[in-house]
Amino acid sequence: MRMPLLALLAKEPAHGYELKSQLEQIFGEAYPTPNIGQIYVTLQRLERDGLVRSQDVVQTTRPNKRVYELTDAGREAVVEWVDKASEGPRVRDEFFMKLALSHLAGTSDRLGLIIRQRRLYLAQLRSLAELAAAADRPVPRLLIEGAILHLQADLDWLQRCQEELL
Amino acid sequence: MSGNEGTLLLRARSLTKTFAGDGVVVHAVREADLSLRPGEFVAVIGPSGSGKSTLLHMLGGLEKPTRGEIWLQGQRVDGLSQARWAMLRRRHIGFVFQFFNLVSNMTVADNVELAALMGGASRKQATARRRELLGELGLGAKADTAPARLSGGEQQRVALARAMANRPALLLADEPTGNLDSGSSAAVLGLLARAHADGQAILLVTHDLRMASAADRVISLFDGMIVDDAPMTIPHRPMLLPDVLKLRG
Repeated sequence: MRMPLLALLAKEPAHGYELKSQLEQIFGEAYPTPNIGQIYVTLQRLERDGLVRSQDVVQTTRPNKRVYELTDAGREAVVEWVDKASEGPRVRDEFFMKLALSHLAGTSDRLGLIIRQRRLYLAQLRSLAELAAAADRPVPRLLIEGAILHLQADLDWLQRCQEELL
Repeated sequence: MSGNEGTLLLRARSLTKTFAGDGVVVHAVREADLSLRPGEFVAVIGPSGSGKSTLLHMLGGLEKPTRGEIWLQGQRVDGLSQARWAMLRRRHIGFVFQFFNLVSNMTVADNVELAALMGGASRKQATARRRELLGELGLGAKADTAPARLSGGEQQRVALARAMANRPALLLADEPTGNLDSGSSAAVLGLLARAHADGQAILLVTHDLRMASAADRVISLFDGMIVDDAPMTIPHRPMLLPDVLKLRG
C-alpha cells in the first residue's frame, strides 16, 4: 500500500479521501481499495519515515483537512521502486502442499483432490471471465486478464500433476 | 427404450473406442457414460490424446464405436449405417470443426444455404435463414465472398452459421477456437453463448478452459475415461480478484 500512495502523491499533494478515490478510479471495482483507515495509517507511517509531510488546510464549512505531499526522499523512493524489476514469488500455493503431503495424512485420493481443485478454479475462471467482459477500461481489464491467465496456468499445472502423479 | 432416454437429448452408455493396428491396441475412449438434456451446454475437457475428439466423433456418427450405446432423442443410433447417420446429421445435428471445413469453391452464402436445404428447408426458407444467421454473426456483407478470402475467425463464424442452418437439436463443436487468435475465440464463444441462451444444446470439446467455464456442465476426460462430470458451480460470493492475484507495493 505504501508505494501506490507515494506514486499518487508524486503527481500532486492530496488528502486521504482523494487518494482513496484515485485508487478506485485506476483499479476499478474489480480490485478492492483499502479503507480510509488503512490509508491514513499508511500515510502516518510514511510521514514518520520522512517520505511525506503534511499540513492542515483550514476549511470554513467543514473540518480541516490534512494534505500530504511528497518529500525529496519520498520522490526518490518512488522512482527507485518503479525502475526496479519486481522480484519475489507470485504464487503461494496451498493446494500443492496438500497434493504432495496428502498420503502422509492417510488420504491418498489424489485424483479427488485434483478434481475438486479443478472445479473451484473453473468456477473462479468463469466469474473472472464475466468480470472481464464487463470491464470497459484498460487497467482494470488487464488486471482481470492477468488473474485469468494465472488461473489458466494453475489449471494447466493441475493437468500436469494429474499426468505425472496418477 | 429404457430409463429416461425419452427426456434426454443425447445419452451414451459404456461408449468405447479401441484402435488396433501393428500389434498395438489403443483404448481411445473407455466405457464413457454421459447425457445431455435439451438446451444444455456441456464442455468436454482433457489433455490432448485423452479421447475428447474421438468421443465427439462417435456421438456425431463420424466414427463407429467399438462397443456401447448412443441414444439421440430417444432413438438408438449407434448401429445406424453411414447413410442413415448422414441423414440424421442433416436434420438434427450441427457440426463445427477446428479447421472450419467450408466448401472452398462455393460462396459463404451457398455454404450456409446448402446446409439448410439439406436439412429439408425450401430454397426460400434457406435464403431467409442464411440472411438471418449471417446478419447475426456480422457477416452479411461477406455473403458473396469465397471462404478463402476470409480470416480464420470469419471462416469459423461461417462454419457456425452453417452448423446452425438446419436448426439442429444438437450442436457438436470440436475445438472450434483451436486455430483462432484470442479476439476471434472470444467472438466465437460469444456466439455459442448467445445460441445457448436461445435454447441451443451444445456439446463442446475444447482445451480452452476459459471457454469451457462458460458451459452449464464440464466433463473431464483422462486416458479415455470420464473422471469428472459436474455442473459448473457458481461461487456463492462474488469472485474478487485478490483471491487470485494480490498486488503488492
